[in-house]
Amino acid sequence: MSELFKVSSNPHIRSKVATNGLMAAVLIALMPATGFGIYNFGPRALAVIAVTIASTILTEYFFGLYKGKLTVTDLSAVVTGLLLALNLPVTIPLWMAALGGVFAILVVKMLFGGLGQNFMNPALAARCFLLISFPTAMTAFQCDGYTGATPLAALKAGEAVNVLDMVIGRTAGTIGETSVIAILVGACILILFGVIDIRIPGSYIVTFVLFAGLFGGHGFHPAYLAAQLAGGGLMLGAFFMATDYVTRPITIKGQYVYGIVLGLLTGIFRIFGPGAEGVSYAIILGNLLVPLIEKCTRPTAFGYQKGGRRLEK
Amino acid sequence: MNNAGERLYNGLVKENPTFVLMLGMCPTLAVTTSAMNGLGMGLTTMVVLALSNLIISLLRGIIPGRVRIPAFIVIIASFVTAVQLLLQAYIPALNKSLGVYIPLIVVNCIILGRAESYAYSNPAIPSLFDGIGMGLGFTFALTCIGAVRELLGAGEIFGLALMPDSFVPIRIFGQAPGAFFVLAALVALQNYVKDARKKAGKSYEKIGSGCSEDCMNCSEKGCTKRFYGEDGTRKAAEPDKEER
Repeated sequence: MSELFKVSSNPHIRSKVATNGLMAAVLIALMPATGFGIYNFGPRALAVIAVTIASTILTEYFFGLYKGKLTVTDLSAVVTGLLLALNLPVTIPLWMAALGGVFAILVVKMLFGGLGQNFMNPALAARCFLLISFPTAMTAFQCDGYTGATPLAALKAGEAVNVLDMVIGRTAGTIGETSVIAILVGACILILFGVIDIRIPGSYIVTFVLFAGLFGGHGFHPAYLAAQLAGGGLMLGAFFMATDYVTRPITIKGQYVYGIVLGLLTGIFRIFGPGAEGVSYAIILGNLLVPLIEKCTRPTAFGYQKGGRRLEK
Repeated sequence: MNNAGERLYNGLVKENPTFVLMLGMCPTLAVTTSAMNGLGMGLTTMVVLALSNLIISLLRGIIPGRVRIPAFIVIIASFVTAVQLLLQAYIPALNKSLGVYIPLIVVNCIILGRAESYAYSNPAIPSLFDGIGMGLGFTFALTCIGAVRELLGAGEIFGLALMPDSFVPIRIFGQAPGAFFVLAALVALQNYVKDARKKAGKSYEKIGSGCSEDCMNCSEKGCTKRFYGEDGTRKAAEPDKEER
């Protein structure tokens, strides 16, 4: 017998990619946005980021101690903490940021069984928790020391916005969402490293642009669409949070469906909802639909007909 | 197992309707925005529960098995209506804050559950105390949930400000998601305490429930046997109560 015959249970093909390698790639890809956030909002942004990451790491560490299984070295807590910090306004009290980190890791991730079992993106769930709990602190945006509306809120109120400023990122908003250029640089890194592909962000953004053009009330006006695209958390959400391995569909068809659902939900929340922003709610709502999407888009296995019946000989 | 003290203990601790049996979740989640609301809802339910248990137990020889559920509902609904009129007359503020959840006590599954599993097959006095015990357990649970939610969501308990001025209320605890978080945390806490006590050798299994069995394992040996045969088919309606 050749030694090629090896009896084992599946999976038979294993990739050498490990969780901490992927997470490190995501961290590197987030660096441009983080750096620009600190440059734009000053040293306090760094304090918010440090506190949030510290709280997520400590929560994961102590829960691991309690359970007897330390998972903190897979770096996923760092990614969750950094993503959460990038989704917070710079003026947020530090204890709220720390509370958000504890909520993300303890309630959303660890209580459901740890990384891989969470049904929602922990960073976004924590952002929504904070948004519901502390509405005033979470929407106090400022830029250059002046408190002001985000460009998206101004756009919704019918005011003119400077699209160039929004693309560069010299505007009010959460720490990591303002600069489209920095986020796109990070997204390119992720795509080049093969960590994510363009399916979900692409279908998400295209669907959203079509929806905004059809129902936004301005038609397909380039300046309006560019402002909608560059404003708020759309870019950060589409490239860094909708593509989260745990909470996205695994089937390829399902990923397109997921992107389209997110685009529709974001459009509905932004244009018909009471607030200007809708990406975080759209993504966590989309996360809840993932099991259904996967069930409906399950590919037909080799040797089977559509519907799961075996092919006749 | 039918004495009053054990019925009270059973309702408060061993088979606490909220934390152990997970019954009556709708009012539990909906009205516990403050400790006062929880207490008011719990006591109102307790009154209805105790009185309906008493009456159903007294009438258990008359109510035919075939129509017992409609008969229970009529009795329960009468008491709920009476209690609601009393609340409107004497405590209008509480009546206003509980709103539609007062008439909804009629469909609270704790009340129907106790009528079916205890009062319909036990004498009057233990049934009364079973109702009081279950009602106290419900009141205790609702007041706890309401107190935690009020403390975190508004910084007060029973309207008394307990938190320092720098405290920022965590609004989510005043809203529906907060009710789920607090309920889950309290259930986990009481399971933790019970586990710890069980490990220390203190068992909760000694006191039987209504039908002399454990409600948690009802399908195997409990009161469902009265109405369903071994193969899961419904037994012929019992002509009267004598067989029990």
